[in-house]
Amino acid sequence: MRDAFVEKLTELAENDPSIMFITADLGFGVFTEYAKRFPKQYLNVGVAEQNMTGVATGLALEGRTIFTYSIANFATLRCLEQIRNDAAYHNANITIVSSGGGFTYGSLGMSHHATEDIAIMRALPNIAVVAPGTAWETRYATEQLTQRPGVGYLRIEKGGNKEPHWAECQFELGKAITVKNGNDITLISTGGILTESILAAEKLSAQGISARVISMHTVKPIDRAAIIKAAKETKAIVTVEEHNILGGLGSAVAEVLTLEDVPKIKFGQIGLKDQYSSVVGDQGYLRSFYQLDHTSIVNKVLSLIGKTIPAESLRETII
Amino acid sequence: MSNSEALALKIRQHTLDMTHLGGSSHIGSIFSIADVVAVLYRDIMQFESSNPDWDARDRFILSKGHAGAAVYAALAESGFFDVSKLRTHYQNGSVLSGHVSHKGVPGVELSTGSLGHGLPVACGMAYAAKLDQKTHRVFSILSDGECDEGSNWEAILFASHHKLDNLTVVIDHNKLQSIDTTDETLNLNPFPDKWISFGWQVKEVDGHDHVQLREALSVRQETGNKPLCIIAHTTKGKGVSFMENSVLWHYRSAQGEEYLAAKQELEKS
Repeated sequence: MRDAFVEKLTELAENDPSIMFITADLGFGVFTEYAKRFPKQYLNVGVAEQNMTGVATGLALEGRTIFTYSIANFATLRCLEQIRNDAAYHNANITIVSSGGGFTYGSLGMSHHATEDIAIMRALPNIAVVAPGTAWETRYATEQLTQRPGVGYLRIEKGGNKEPHWAECQFELGKAITVKNGNDITLISTGGILTESILAAEKLSAQGISARVISMHTVKPIDRAAIIKAAKETKAIVTVEEHNILGGLGSAVAEVLTLEDVPKIKFGQIGLKDQYSSVVGDQGYLRSFYQLDHTSIVNKVLSLIGKTIPAESLRETII
Repeated sequence: MSNSEALALKIRQHTLDMTHLGGSSHIGSIFSIADVVAVLYRDIMQFESSNPDWDARDRFILSKGHAGAAVYAALAESGFFDVSKLRTHYQNGSVLSGHVSHKGVPGVELSTGSLGHGLPVACGMAYAAKLDQKTHRVFSILSDGECDEGSNWEAILFASHHKLDNLTVVIDHNKLQSIDTTDETLNLNPFPDKWISFGWQVKEVDGHDHVQLREALSVRQETGNKPLCIIAHTTKGKGVSFMENSVLWHYRSAQGEEYLAAKQELEKS
């Protein structure tokens, strides 16, 4: 995903001299080529996220289109008030890029786990919140966020899915992508954990359960129509996110299900259960440890729709 | 009385009325910067009140947003909007909020209110001007107490690193903050030395002496490439004897006899 972002950023900067990339001293080696090619469109402000966001606002108010960049919590929480009062309130054209959504930097410890950022960014007016599921989505999201006035939050992962996109579709901010059709249940995920949803759908399919898989890359503004459609056409919805269960994708989907006129259906959430992640491990290990992986998704679906959990899956969970 | 001194008096008179009518606080902080604001708007800054977005205008950010009434008064007296609008300050439905706001107020570049926000944005504006080889200047007024905020020091490093000699900061150094003196709260001393060691050019002036202010503010860099910090030694509540140097008037709004007495003192000045 990060490579896709850098490629798109380079393309945008080439075509538009008002594009500017600002980092708070992160991305060693990643932006070297970019900085060399576009010295006037690159700025490393040092380890100073509050100043980065203020400087970005000043530059944006003077007509530039800005990307700010750091590891997720630093680009958001450290400078939250600058994002709120300066950037968002003044509708400055800034895309805040968080590298390392969820457990991307799992082994580095809880300071580097981004598990509340979606909820917090979603709570701020005038901010579009986007967590692409794939490199393909990242490219389009990067471009479309620069075209949208105001502040965007782009939560990417270092690796993530690099394959071409599965579905034949167009990317549009605020419009969910149906990765796989299904009639029994719907899995809605945001971010790179989409791969776990797809694996879960395959496992469910082997048990005769047809799962629809939706990539909800834009958590705000959320695609209400896609949620309503899923509620009308399938029996259960499970949201999947590498993030706290409070305030993120699951909450956003639950709001739609509660506020809109939709049939009463089963609803479940996969996410970090309102806790800090203190266990050390890579992204895959932590997904499994905190029960966010495909096995956990399968189990959640089965328990929701009242089917027995196969002994094999239980064993995987215990491990 | 010079033009700027006349404006400073107008600012004090308007803001006394505004805070009286709205029952709002911060009159001490407002009076403290009335002279700096008046000199900026009368003698230093380039602007067109009929065209607030004029590209070549000098930019001004009041980082100590709680003294916003002073800026509203200066803008009204400079023709950005009608003076009668000032009387709505702090009232229900008004655009003139207690802390300075850009929404619906022509001439305000940035809404502030939370301390430590103005200077980073001013740095961004000054950096943009450098990139675009524009010659306008960027000004920001900070309070001394505000310098407790770490975000300022990030920006102070940034400004000197990038040689933003188009940026001028004025510190309203009245030595009082919200509860106590700056010395007793969080010692800033040696204050000028801190700025100098961070790579700034520093000038100290009497923040109520218009001749000194004019001279310090009008000089573009003589030491080359350094951003300029003017430490303006001021008196909180300056202009009304019983408000001067009193933390009480950070909060208190002049009502009844106090209002009348303050009004009289200003008229006689």
